[in-house]
Amino acid sequence: MTTGVDAPVLFDCRDAFASAVQELAEEDERVVIVCSDSVGSSKLVGFKNRYPDRLINVGIAEQAMVGVAAGLANAGRLPIVSAASSFVTARALEQIKVDLAYTNANVVVCGMSPGVAYGELGPTHHSIEDIAWLRVIDTLAVIVPADPRETGLAIRAAVQHSGPAFVRVSRIGVPDIYDNSYQFRWGKAARLRAGADLTVITNGTLLCRALVAADMLSARGISCRVVSMPTVKPLDVDEIVSAAEETGAILTVEEHCAHGGLGSAVAEVVVSSQPVPMRILGFPGFLPTGSATWLLEHFGLTAEGISRAAVELVNRKHA
Amino acid sequence: MVHAAGLGHIGGDFSSADIVAVLLLAVLDIDPMQPRMPDRDRFVMSKGHSSGVLYATLAVAGFFDQALLDAYMAPESPLSGHPDARKVPGVEASTGPLGHGLPIAVGMAIGAALEGSGRRTFCLVGDGELQEGSNWEALMAGAHRHLERLTVVVDRNGLQQGAATEETSRLEPLVDKARAFGWAVEEVDGHDHAALLRLFESLPLQAGRPSFIIAHTHKGHPVSFMMDRVEWHHRIPSANEVEAALEELR
Repeated sequence: MTTGVDAPVLFDCRDAFASAVQELAEEDERVVIVCSDSVGSSKLVGFKNRYPDRLINVGIAEQAMVGVAAGLANAGRLPIVSAASSFVTARALEQIKVDLAYTNANVVVCGMSPGVAYGELGPTHHSIEDIAWLRVIDTLAVIVPADPRETGLAIRAAVQHSGPAFVRVSRIGVPDIYDNSYQFRWGKAARLRAGADLTVITNGTLLCRALVAADMLSARGISCRVVSMPTVKPLDVDEIVSAAEETGAILTVEEHCAHGGLGSAVAEVVVSSQPVPMRILGFPGFLPTGSATWLLEHFGLTAEGISRAAVELVNRKHA
Repeated sequence: MVHAAGLGHIGGDFSSADIVAVLLLAVLDIDPMQPRMPDRDRFVMSKGHSSGVLYATLAVAGFFDQALLDAYMAPESPLSGHPDARKVPGVEASTGPLGHGLPIAVGMAIGAALEGSGRRTFCLVGDGELQEGSNWEALMAGAHRHLERLTVVVDRNGLQQGAATEETSRLEPLVDKARAFGWAVEEVDGHDHAALLRLFESLPLQAGRPSFIIAHTHKGHPVSFMMDRVEWHHRIPSANEVEAALEELR
């Protein structure tokens, strides 16, 4: 079922996004796209050709983009905003908070090419703070899918959900993790590997790496549970508490700054329910330039790095 | 309301009162019995700090009981200092931070155009608010899409929180700027009900273009001791001042 990043075929989840929004548009005439000169970078050329009137490109204007989406929601539409994650989440943060979340507008914001997808372009284009500043906003769901199937299902669920949602759409290549039997469940984690010595909780592009790490740990006699946590909000609190109670150590892994993201969300649950040793793997802050692959390797966000951190954590648990 | 709450922005309430009253009570196709009627006209109060006049006018229009006005900004009141679209019938958008209303209004107008509906969208912005760049993003988008059923009204009272707009970051020549952005522009006395009504009923000002109306107003109008005085942006009137103002209005 699962493969690592050395799989023969890796997928850009923007393709799954493009297919999903076109299907949704075919099924429901209320669905529209709102973007900011991001037609090509969101792989929406096909959508534009098929539904020219329903692709609203406001130009390079993220604040207006989110406000326009809120207005379209007021007019009874189901807007999907699509733009580079670094720009839409930071530049239009107040519009996301007030126009979408506070108003509880039915708008889905898709953050394209998040994390370090734009590695070589530098920290201005890295989006490793987006989960931190979005997950504290009341009513806004925050979803980080791990593969093409989950991306499509998450966008569909977000459109059908009443209220606003943010969905990361990864550009860094990932293998197919899930087959067609997988069902995305709103606010629910998926336990992909059983384990008793520790739990790795992860999402997005690092899930495939965590699964390989679990195999490496198994070969060393460490039993590693792997929990996929696509919905950072609403968070699956029960699954986190179970991980703490049953495995006694939690390692979180995310393509995001180590502060304020998935790891912090998990830690908030752990400290107030069942304190256990934890480690949060992520980026330290502003990053050097370099390809996405180089950055992930350099900062230990690989199967080897996850495995190494897991061994250290298990040793700490037994110390 | 402002005196009772001990909070508010009475100067801007008064400068926009005539515009809001004419729009909500005489121009818009809205129904207080069906506040979410799909094909209703839309009104966005972008200058959300003037919530006092919005609430008072919505109450007069029948969207909710006028007795509720006594709870302006009281604990857990639906009538917060800035309007909450989830809690107050007739409020189309939650506003407060400036520069949010016009992009939302552009989206509403695009939604109407997509449906082929003739419904109108109005957005009232403060003049100082036009210093927010998001407005200019929205002005470009509105003109680009030829949203002729969209009208922005500027409450041009000339004063912002701390000083005159022209002393802070000047807006003039505002007519030229709006025209250069592709909008049809007209100026009007923002306290002249008949002139406002005539103008609103003549919309669009020009086929194929959204309309930009600069309503010349006075902060605190028509109360003599408040008029054009910057401190009345959010000064709270004393009981004696309330009585004196009411005496002038009688």
